[in-house]
Amino acid sequence: MQITSLRKGVLTASVLTASALAVGLTGATAALAEWKPNRPVELVVSAGPGGGSDIFTRVVQAALTKNKLVETPLIVVNKPGGSGSEAFNYAEDNVGSPYKVYFGTQDAYVLPLGTKVNYSMKDLTPVASMVFDVFILWSNPKASGINTAQEFVAKAKENPGKVRVAGAKAKDADETVVTLVERAAGIDLAYIPYKSGSEAAIQVAGGHIEANTNNPSESLEQWKAGNQKPLCVFTSARLTDKTVVADGMSWADIPTCVEAGIDVKDFVQPRTVWMAADVPPEAVAYYTDLMKKAMDTPEFKDYTTRNVQITKFMAGDELKTFLAEQTKNYEKIYADNNWLLPASQ
Amino acid sequence: MGNFGQLMDGFVVALTVHHVMIMVIGVLLGLVVGVLPGLGAPNGVSLLLPLTFTMDPIAAIILLTSMYWGALFGGSTTSILFNIPGEPSSVATTFDGHPMAKQGEAVRALTLAFGSAGFGAMVGVVVITLLSGWVANFALQFGSPEYFAVYFMAFASFIGMAGGSPFKTLVCIMLGLAVGTVGMDTISGEGRLTFGITQLTNGISFLIVVIGLFGIGELLLTIDEGYKFDGVKAKLSLRVIVRTLAELPRYWVTLLRSALIGCWMGITPGGPTAASFMSYALGRRFSRRGKYFGKGEPEGIVAPETADHSAGSCALLPMLALGVPGSATAAVMMGGLMIWGLSPGPMLFTTRPDFVWGLIASMYLGNVIAVVLVLATVPIFAWILRAPFTVVGPLIAIVCLIGAYTVSNHMFDIWVALAFGLVGYVFKKLDYPLAPFVLAVVLGDKAEDAFRQSMLSSGGSLSVFFEGSLVATMMGIGILLLSLPLLTTLFGALFRRGDSTDAGQTSRP
Repeated sequence: MQITSLRKGVLTASVLTASALAVGLTGATAALAEWKPNRPVELVVSAGPGGGSDIFTRVVQAALTKNKLVETPLIVVNKPGGSGSEAFNYAEDNVGSPYKVYFGTQDAYVLPLGTKVNYSMKDLTPVASMVFDVFILWSNPKASGINTAQEFVAKAKENPGKVRVAGAKAKDADETVVTLVERAAGIDLAYIPYKSGSEAAIQVAGGHIEANTNNPSESLEQWKAGNQKPLCVFTSARLTDKTVVADGMSWADIPTCVEAGIDVKDFVQPRTVWMAADVPPEAVAYYTDLMKKAMDTPEFKDYTTRNVQITKFMAGDELKTFLAEQTKNYEKIYADNNWLLPASQ
Repeated sequence: MGNFGQLMDGFVVALTVHHVMIMVIGVLLGLVVGVLPGLGAPNGVSLLLPLTFTMDPIAAIILLTSMYWGALFGGSTTSILFNIPGEPSSVATTFDGHPMAKQGEAVRALTLAFGSAGFGAMVGVVVITLLSGWVANFALQFGSPEYFAVYFMAFASFIGMAGGSPFKTLVCIMLGLAVGTVGMDTISGEGRLTFGITQLTNGISFLIVVIGLFGIGELLLTIDEGYKFDGVKAKLSLRVIVRTLAELPRYWVTLLRSALIGCWMGITPGGPTAASFMSYALGRRFSRRGKYFGKGEPEGIVAPETADHSAGSCALLPMLALGVPGSATAAVMMGGLMIWGLSPGPMLFTTRPDFVWGLIASMYLGNVIAVVLVLATVPIFAWILRAPFTVVGPLIAIVCLIGAYTVSNHMFDIWVALAFGLVGYVFKKLDYPLAPFVLAVVLGDKAEDAFRQSMLSSGGSLSVFFEGSLVATMMGIGILLLSLPLLTTLFGALFRRGDSTDAGQTSRP
């Protein structure tokens, strides 16, 4: 039964797209406003259940459904294989489908640099970048005796290669920022990869590892419990949230790493939304608008406050420029770290 | 007894008509999900997650955890009836559950499994109630060397008990480790053993290996050797259920030992799957009836089931108290917690005691409801078994293939499952034990990560495994378990007493 209804869906969809295209030829603006999905939309996540990207996608799903911003059901599909390349590979297999929206981070444009993947950036249409997750350098003040970023650098200089920093996965965001810190401060650290950011945080909280880099939310509870302390944040300006979290400190009291003497600024993780290549422009316009609406819902605002994210909506040309810039940055970092795929050098 | 008071408050929260209804629905949904292999608890819970967005967090977590209990019970059903483990943690149940069902005692096997599972879950919840404050701090003491020691103990208990040829066991472990290696490596971020096949960079899912090895492998074997299912004497199934439940207390030693192993593995990062294997292995070694394990021995069902469920319950505690999910299902639930606006972590117990204790109270109720409901389904399942193989056989094949596909919606996985079906058939024909192979696939990857993380942080010195009392004790127990067969043979030779303890010559666990 499901198969027949799906087939019907495909038929009506193609009829609709065709008619939408025809209208598009005559009056582009009218068509842009009129496209609407008439069957369930898949929200494809480039990560497994429970991770940061998954929660981001499900918050968008919850915000849209609860506020009745969409009429058709939204289905979250996890495609975490190959570090997330599976999701974007799926976009390549579904060229032109306006019923699949892809959610990721910088992974969409960084993955092809260092890993052999089956898609290229030509297979994706950027829709929006909604928020930035910031990264913070944390320590365990009790076990390691490190209370500030300066002490961290000093300790690393005394014990080259001995101060351990935990993070999620290898050659991913955490290890990238650790290599940036090493270069900026002229120190040598021991990076230890774990399966997830929360696992890494527990290792630091338990006193087994000296420090870690993490998104605020993943270490928040351990900070409140006194097992972790934020040393500095990898942004160019301090965070804005002034509510006191622990030890009389708020997020805004955390110095930026540049202030603290480690010249790494603006290492942030965008939460990005994509579609496949060759999708009708009015569908892209529809989803861009929809994501913007999602950002104004109380559910989404709760989410960004809780995760201490930087809200910045980008779409269209602004997004394209941003992506080009980001890709260039990462290419440089990957070249410096010798992580580039041999073929793309 | 502060915890007790809070638990009573929790019962006030959980014991409303609304919440009890949610538990019944959750358990029933979980049963369906657990019975279908491949769909499994993690997929089921993530399918249900969107429904919970509009519910209040307590009702939502009760729905999801009840579904989890239901799935855990449902997973054992197919293990026993068709030799297809519905959940990874019910693999060990197939070793004795399926042989017993084949001998025409499916009702007894199911009742034993559900009864001991219920007992295990209860012990787990009691442990959570009494030790919740202490466990969180204890779990923080686990660094990479301790993780490795836990996995090492699980491996050691298995190698130590293996009947038959130790070389065959070794071969199986090595092959299992190789299968576990396939895919993206955590430490280096490189693909390993992928042979340039993109689908293999995702790794080989344990569920698919199990569906192939057990489900399809058993099917091939049945076709080859002829259908020897003794049918079911299910006429008086209700009386059988009652009689079997009354029989349970006789296995109190196994029940207690398995519950302890389960709680230990649930609190430490071992998890339910490792717990059920370890409990089965130790049961086989220490039980007086150990040599009958693998041939439909009741204790061979009781041991893994009890441990599986006590570990499953205990594993929720680190998730709540530390924010580290103990299993794939717990990871999905944790995502749910964050979407509902709660942050799991050490402060959750003080900021939302109503939530935590409501959940713990619902675990008591949910498990009781689950046991009653699954026992009620036993006659239905027993009835299915009466169908001739010409009907059941193709059904099993279909269920296996659909299951393999549903794990992550990959056509490629169906081929992998079929390939492992052949492997399972060949293994059984040549009398290679499947259990060590499966254990290596489950734990190999994690053990390797923990070992390499330890090496990275110690700068390559093996002494980290013996520094600190916790890790040294665990490694010591592991080494002792490992050398147990050697010691018994030595003593046996010394006192010329023969090797009565070493007689676990089962053909294929």
